[in-house]
Amino acid sequence: MSAADVPFAAERVGVERWRRWLRLHAWTVAVWLVFLMMLPYWRSVSSGSFSFDFQNLVIGALPLCFAAMAQAVVVISGGIDLSVGSLIGLMNVVSARWMVDMSLGRALLFVLLCLVLSGLAGTLTGLIVVTTRIPDIVVTLGMLFVWYGVALWVLTIPGGGAPQQLYDFVQGTVGSTSIPWALVLVLVVWGSFWLSIRWLRPGLSIYAVGSNRNAAYLSGIHVARTRVGAYALCGVLCGLGGMALTTTSFLGDPNAGRIYTLNSVAAIVLGGVSLLGGVGGLIGPVGAAFILTLINTILLQRGTDPNYAAVYTGVIIIVVVMIGGLLERRGRT
Amino acid sequence: MSTASEVIAGQGRVRRAQQFLADNPVVVLVVVLVALLVITDLVNRHQSGEPFVTWKQLSTTLLVAAPLGLLAAGQNLVMLTGGVDLSIAYIATAAAYVTAWQGDAGTTSAILLGLGAGAVIGLVNGIGVAVFRVNPLIMTLGVGSVLFGLLSIYAAKAFKKTIPDLVSSLGTERFFGYIPVNLLLWAPVAAAIILGLRYMGYGRMLYAVGDNPSASRLAGVRIWQVLILGYVLCGLLAAMGGMLLLGFVGNPDLGLATPYLLPSVAAVVIGGTSILGGFGGYGGTILGALILTVLTSLLNVLNGPEWVKQVLYGSLIIVFTAIYARASASD
Repeated sequence: MSAADVPFAAERVGVERWRRWLRLHAWTVAVWLVFLMMLPYWRSVSSGSFSFDFQNLVIGALPLCFAAMAQAVVVISGGIDLSVGSLIGLMNVVSARWMVDMSLGRALLFVLLCLVLSGLAGTLTGLIVVTTRIPDIVVTLGMLFVWYGVALWVLTIPGGGAPQQLYDFVQGTVGSTSIPWALVLVLVVWGSFWLSIRWLRPGLSIYAVGSNRNAAYLSGIHVARTRVGAYALCGVLCGLGGMALTTTSFLGDPNAGRIYTLNSVAAIVLGGVSLLGGVGGLIGPVGAAFILTLINTILLQRGTDPNYAAVYTGVIIIVVVMIGGLLERRGRT
Repeated sequence: MSTASEVIAGQGRVRRAQQFLADNPVVVLVVVLVALLVITDLVNRHQSGEPFVTWKQLSTTLLVAAPLGLLAAGQNLVMLTGGVDLSIAYIATAAAYVTAWQGDAGTTSAILLGLGAGAVIGLVNGIGVAVFRVNPLIMTLGVGSVLFGLLSIYAAKAFKKTIPDLVSSLGTERFFGYIPVNLLLWAPVAAAIILGLRYMGYGRMLYAVGDNPSASRLAGVRIWQVLILGYVLCGLLAAMGGMLLLGFVGNPDLGLATPYLLPSVAAVVIGGTSILGGFGGYGGTILGALILTVLTSLLNVLNGPEWVKQVLYGSLIIVFTAIYARASASD
């Protein structure tokens, strides 16, 4: 080997590695590019200041970000969770009903309790899926009713709330900067879940189980435990979604969580998670959650009737999913 | 602790019971239905001193069950192919709106337009699922949310609502005071579906596509045609259900059929059709619809709050599917 070849070869390896990285993550990169491309248009429509608008965008996107992450974890593990929306609704009413008169310290403890509870709720769903061997979609469809029913029991009509300091915290900014705390919250949760799924053994086994259950079993992974674990993580994230809903909407509403079932599925599909399992991450879905929220924000800022905005968003989701379907088909054949 | 032989004997009995259940889901469902009727009757006697099981009440049960039965029929066809239609309640509501909106223009055209609306929305679902290969769950959820948005826009606008006489008598009246008129629609449709699924080529293809798409493609079935027709039929049946509801309620509103969305799935699942497709039939679904209707009556008699109903629905879906899954796994 001559000395001149080495740097050249290293360069080649570097380029190849970049290409590989881009091929693997093309979809995620595209999602964030779309989001960035939407920003100038948004600025041309909006009349408010960027920092104010951005803060509202993040606050508006907060519940959906958590819902999308929750759905992504389960779908990557090879399942699907239709009860995401109603579990978020349940945690929303639970927190709003009992937190309303608490001091900040107690409220924060209660938030932790809620996260544990929703983690247990997710674990229950996972255990039912694993022990009964009923398809995930049926179990979670059933749990959709169950959690919605429990939410109605907790709070029949919208009401409740959270301590003012908690609102101020979630809706405020870091010190004197214009970085919203909500963004920090998303980043921290996202970072901790993403790193643990990507780098820790139990997290990686979620990918293994999702891409090929038998192969995962044969390579010594505890499939049932991993699937239950994915549902438990999903539950915790739903709990966060519920808390986010309470602190951004100022109230508990048993029906408020409903939209997050469809929207979380839409966000993960747009975010590059394959419904067949084992493919995708948490970065794309969060980007997609921001895009979906931004579409709605832009439509509302342009003065579109909210009902029309819902229709346009729905049509956009359908069209994107159709194109995704076509691309996936082309990729397969 | 029981001895080993007892355990084995017990397992044998359980196995036989499972086998029986797997072979005769309809028998089991009839038993459940009768048991529910008896319980409701006892509770009603206890609460108000009146029996629940009277000819009048049974005919009311049929009358109320018919819209659910038709929606569940549509859901059934789609679920046999391994799909699901979560836009079904909005299709029904949309059809009811179209019919009430066109009511002035004449009964025939109003009804045909309503059915046409259902078929067109079904076609959109079908094209998404069959041609673009979108997951049915996402496609129909998306179409449902678009429809709901459109409906809320039009519901806000004032327009003259005329319900054709035929539709309102279909929804409410009874022959001789006992036989619901809507059976004139439901019974022939049910017979056509049960016989069609069993004896028609298309019916068999629905099962084949749901059971094994690759094998049916290799056998020459044009899967996309089968799927599109399935979703169109589902839209048509949903539109019929929507019209019965329109006649029954007497006024179209946004939430007309929404409470029937998940029960339509539940009725099919309880009736023994696999959510994965390829297995089941409409006979069980009819019983599933009746069971859910009687269950709702029971909860009403008990004065059960809404949340109990929701939790019960959810648990029932899981429990019934678990039983069927066990039974079919033991083959």
